[in-house]
Amino acid sequence: MPVQPRRAADAAASPDTVRLDGVGFGYGHGPEVLRDVNLTLPRGSFHFLTGHSGAGKSTLLKLLTLAARPTRGALWLFGEDAGDAPRGTLPTFRRRMGVVFQDFRLLDHMSAFDNVALPLRLAGARPAAYAGNVTEMLEWVGLGDRAQTCPPALSGGEKQRLAIARAVIAGPELIVADEPTGNVDADMAARLLKLFQSLNRLGATVLIASHDEALAARSGAAVLRLDGGRIRGAQA
Amino acid sequence: MIGRLSGRRAPILPREAGGEPWLAAVIAALCFLACLAAAGALAADRAAHGWARSLGAEATVQVRPRVGESGATAAARAAETLAGVTGVDEAEALDREAAEALLRPWLGEAVLPDLPLPYLVVVRLDRDQPASAVSLSRALAEAGVDATVDDHSLWRAEVERSAGLITVLAGAAFLLTAGAAAAAVVYATRAGMAAQAGVISILSLNGASDIRIAGLYQRRYGLLAAGAGAAGALAAMAALSLLRFLGGSDGITPALPVVWSDVLILSSCPALAATVALLAARLTALARLRGHD
Ligand SMILES: Nc1ncnc2c1ncn2[C@@H]1O[C@H](COP(=O)(O)OP(=O)(O)OP(=O)(O)O)[C@@H](O)[C@H]1O
Ligand SMILES: [Mg+2]
Repeated sequence: MPVQPRRAADAAASPDTVRLDGVGFGYGHGPEVLRDVNLTLPRGSFHFLTGHSGAGKSTLLKLLTLAARPTRGALWLFGEDAGDAPRGTLPTFRRRMGVVFQDFRLLDHMSAFDNVALPLRLAGARPAAYAGNVTEMLEWVGLGDRAQTCPPALSGGEKQRLAIARAVIAGPELIVADEPTGNVDADMAARLLKLFQSLNRLGATVLIASHDEALAARSGAAVLRLDGGRIRGAQA
Repeated sequence: MIGRLSGRRAPILPREAGGEPWLAAVIAALCFLACLAAAGALAADRAAHGWARSLGAEATVQVRPRVGESGATAAARAAETLAGVTGVDEAEALDREAAEALLRPWLGEAVLPDLPLPYLVVVRLDRDQPASAVSLSRALAEAGVDATVDDHSLWRAEVERSAGLITVLAGAAFLLTAGAAAAAVVYATRAGMAAQAGVISILSLNGASDIRIAGLYQRRYGLLAAGAGAAGALAAMAALSLLRFLGGSDGITPALPVVWSDVLILSSCPALAATVALLAARLTALARLRGHD
């Protein structure tokens, strides 16, 4: 395992990683996509988030990454009120989480290696300090021989694995992944699931949004279902 | 392996932001013009001070002969009187031949003998403590010479006013070019950020602060302006050096002296251009990012 979640040691002392109380959200003046969402992700937990297409899974993850703010309700991240945290504090929250976007959001002008290294580079790390870890991570997701390739020349599945490598490289406390296995075959999906599970065992809190109910069931993780703008289902 | 990878880090912003050669050309042209304006102002200021100094070191006295006295005698008497005034180095009556010699190139030989010429005394004043027009007039009145003293103060004031005006104009031209360069950078930063909105959002989601993102634009356009400023300043230096060589030791012409130190002052142009661009890019980027919340 090339990376380790940071601050795993003080897990016992700290509160829930994610907490949403009565959160509502709608785009612009449109109808509410999320209504009254209550969600608690305790530190070190592992959850799947399922729901039909258009149920609002990506929207919920957008709130967690602070790319959008709840229109009502309270949002707590790492024990801090993030619902209306000032813009200047966003980097501090975002550096503690790793996000796999449904549409990958890779930088096309950079090599796979530089894409994976991005969070470390933005946090001010020197290349000499991270090059080994990045290379190892690329090998872990099966892209060891694609390190110098730019995303436009990668397949859908390769891009997805690259996005996952970038999300976890900095050892985030919270890993949020939107359909991280949507573009890969069953073998690779199982392998990637194992990566998330290993990181979870090392202390990271994991939330995976997925259509793939079979994968969710196979993982043995708690499953949350988003339906009608509300969360239903088991909370671990 | 590590060295190879780390040595070739891609820039965080894509290289092709669009419109950059255009921006560089605009900034280079503006810097060229600003440098010419600055050099022109320095030369004009130096010339004006030179003129004012030589005008201030001289006075002209026009003598009106008394009844029964020849003009030449009156002028000689005035010159003698003036030579004794403190603050006067030398007073010399301009005799008719000298006056005609001055006018010959302008009027030709034919009309000169019939021309009524004023009787003039040229007074060279002490450079450090020149006699005032008032003391010259008083000395002449006491000696019973009817004369008008012109100490060139009117001319001197006009030369100095013109020099001041040129300096103000050059300053305005400089501020205008700086403003135009800043506006070009603001425009380019906005266009670049609009074209790279996706990249910016990715950077932000991966933990980049607004300051860090603004820093990328600040650095990019600061470096671009430094390069363009250097090109503009070098072009201006080349132009001025050419004029300096052609003009010999007195500069382009004695009236507009360019000296080598002026040419060296222009070497601050790249740093100035970079500062203007850096500030413009930083403020624009921060305003845009904060407006996006
Ligand atoms: N930027 C947006 N502006 C307006 N409406 C949006 C926007 N993004 C999503 N929506 C709407 O919000 C609803 C929830 O979308 P969301 O992407 O969260 O669904 P999802 O559960 O992730 O679906 P999928 O499984 O297909 O990825 C949908 O009805 C969608 O049309
Ligand atoms: Mg989605």
